[in-house]
Amino acid sequence: MRGLNELKKVYDWFEMRIGFEKPVKEAAMHPVPKNTASWWYVFGSAAFTLLMLQVFTGILLALVYVPSAGQAWQSLNFLNHNLPLGWYIRAVHGWGSNFMVAVVLIHMAQVFLFGAYKYPRELTWMVGVLLLLLTLGMAFTGQVMRFDQDAYWGLGIGAMITSRMPFIGGQLVHLLLGGPIIGGATLSHFFALHVFIIPAALLGLAGLHVWMVLRLGINEWPMPGRAVKRETYLEEYHKLTHEDGVPFVPVALWKDIVFSSGIILAVLVCAAIFGPHGPTGMPNPTYIHTDPKPDFFFLWIYTSLAFLPPWMETPLLIIGPPIVILALLGFPLLASEGEKSWHRRPVAVLVVMILAVGWGALTDLGTYTPWSPHMDAWSSDTIAPKQVEAMSPLERQGAVVFQDKQCRNCHQVDGHGGMRGPALDDVATTLTRDQLIRQVLQGGGNMPAYGKNLSPAEVDALVDYLETLHKTGQKPAVDEATQWTNQAAKTLPAPPVPPIGNAGNAMTEQQLQAEQSAPMQTPAKAPASATTTQAQTKTQAKTHHAVAMNMAPGA
Amino acid sequence: MTEETNMQSEHSGNLEHAHEQPGGMTKAEISRRWLLMKIGIAFNGIVGLALAVPIVGYLLGPAKKDSYYKSWVSLGDIEKYPVGTTRLATYVNPWRSPTDGQTDDIACWVRRTGQQQFTVFAINCAHLGCPVRWFPQSQLFMCPCHGGVYYANGTVAAGPPPRGLFKYKNQIVNGELQIFAGQMPTLSNTAKLVTTIGPCKGDSPCAG
Repeated sequence: MRGLNELKKVYDWFEMRIGFEKPVKEAAMHPVPKNTASWWYVFGSAAFTLLMLQVFTGILLALVYVPSAGQAWQSLNFLNHNLPLGWYIRAVHGWGSNFMVAVVLIHMAQVFLFGAYKYPRELTWMVGVLLLLLTLGMAFTGQVMRFDQDAYWGLGIGAMITSRMPFIGGQLVHLLLGGPIIGGATLSHFFALHVFIIPAALLGLAGLHVWMVLRLGINEWPMPGRAVKRETYLEEYHKLTHEDGVPFVPVALWKDIVFSSGIILAVLVCAAIFGPHGPTGMPNPTYIHTDPKPDFFFLWIYTSLAFLPPWMETPLLIIGPPIVILALLGFPLLASEGEKSWHRRPVAVLVVMILAVGWGALTDLGTYTPWSPHMDAWSSDTIAPKQVEAMSPLERQGAVVFQDKQCRNCHQVDGHGGMRGPALDDVATTLTRDQLIRQVLQGGGNMPAYGKNLSPAEVDALVDYLETLHKTGQKPAVDEATQWTNQAAKTLPAPPVPPIGNAGNAMTEQQLQAEQSAPMQTPAKAPASATTTQAQTKTQAKTHHAVAMNMAPGA
Repeated sequence: MTEETNMQSEHSGNLEHAHEQPGGMTKAEISRRWLLMKIGIAFNGIVGLALAVPIVGYLLGPAKKDSYYKSWVSLGDIEKYPVGTTRLATYVNPWRSPTDGQTDDIACWVRRTGQQQFTVFAINCAHLGCPVRWFPQSQLFMCPCHGGVYYANGTVAAGPPPRGLFKYKNQIVNGELQIFAGQMPTLSNTAKLVTTIGPCKGDSPCAG
């Protein structure tokens, strides 16, 4: 007992000088609405706990990490491979970052759906928006700290986006990179942002955010029909907390601390199982065989940039972000009163759903980038022997052309190859020989023109091969003119044969066919079976092909 | 009582306190201290300015004209690049800092079309700067990021790039190929001269 008394004396000595006891007790025991002691209200405190974890593990990493473009990559590999448990601290920091972004986003969606941004908590929301931006800023600058190939080219993308700013774009790039190229100064800039500037802002604003939550009270559970009115809200809330309230500690806080430690445990488990992110290849710009990709939470931007029409890119990249940020900051001022419950706010629910689905779809696309050519498909994805067996030598030669000219980098066959262009598994049923030749030579529809790079013989072989691409039993594509003449052959009476000297412009297919295959036959007797017509169309197409080759730009 | 009214009453309470004028100072004396306070603020303002100007100058240091960073760099003997081929060349950036490590090594594509005719393309895709790769078989440059594709002469063949590949100015001096380089090519420092409308879409006049 004597020991305890001594301890109390020491405590009192400090308490007399610091005076924390009263405000801390007040904050802990302040009454909160009973039904806010819910599992829905745990994300904010979890985000704060993750921030603490990030600060702590970040300091641990800074003990070893060297923020120099010449040594950062090496120091990370040293952490990964040479320092006991260095890999684990890196993994915890990396996974902590993923979890923090996710939890902050969930917290934001929850606050939005619960109408917690309404009077008098508008400013709390605005500070929260800044916290989200800072969190994303930490995630992006953290990716740069990894200073591998992804980080290097990611910075290049950042610079190219910055350069689109009118008038000052060029100088902004210099300021962003700290010089004319991505180099030592660039990493130092981002290090200062990641370690000093953004964390300081993050901690300061997070403190303000929590302070305002304590001062204004936790948002009550939204009830349909209980609308917020500026004149009466404070009084109603006071009544709610004091007549039907419960002390924050322990009624609400126990859920917070259980969830927070659960989240930290999840980070630790992910870190132990999946390990650290990278670093990938060395940040040497002369190693160009790289497929740079941003981290998970930026994949949606990466995808958007592939799908935006070029004319829209610059305006959207420059005007888009400020508009979105201003809208997020400003809307609580416009909607500070009214219904809080999601039961009465269908538009709000719809907005969250659309954003979530849109974000999910863009992120999913970003994981396999169907818009990018597969750089190695031409040399690594093979044509199945089964397919080649039945081919003629010319068709086989065509398959070689198909591989060798990197067609496969953009076109899938048999489920392998790039997805930039359409899969060609049944191209023979959609394009006629003429159309295939035209498409190969002139390109179009986002396909390069190969007129300059293919000899007539190569085109011949390639198209022969492409014509084998259809499922068994499927009929080849027929162009409209042929379709019409085929139809005509069945239904219309045969036209008279024109004089020989006039054979050119106005010949119908039947006439041509009559002339080519059986000059002595009358058109009426010409066979009209599908196979002959096909063979004849082919001959005809070859004539056209020769014409097309003469017209091709490179021929 | 709401918290706001609470705060108001506290506030007015403080004001009443101030009227008591502790330390037995007269109103005139306090008013004089206000003047001194103002002088103090003005002094701080001046010193703050003296502090801020060099800080802003320091921060804006890297914002320099393109010509400051650029100079002629050698890509070696022209015989390294056979006529009719496009080859990867590397050079050390002429503007560098001691902590750059390997990031000073920059790659570019050299295309030799005649005895004395060269075109040197930047490695960076004109869309968002990723490294383009040359495929001699199909005579195309392809970008791994968003599917930009360029023809051998640098014009856009497919994908999102708003213009053709960036080109460096080049010259041949004593049998050596030189390019005018030094900064990462972006849309704002090399492309502003280029129009993307009309028949020359995707072409890039030499803007180094």
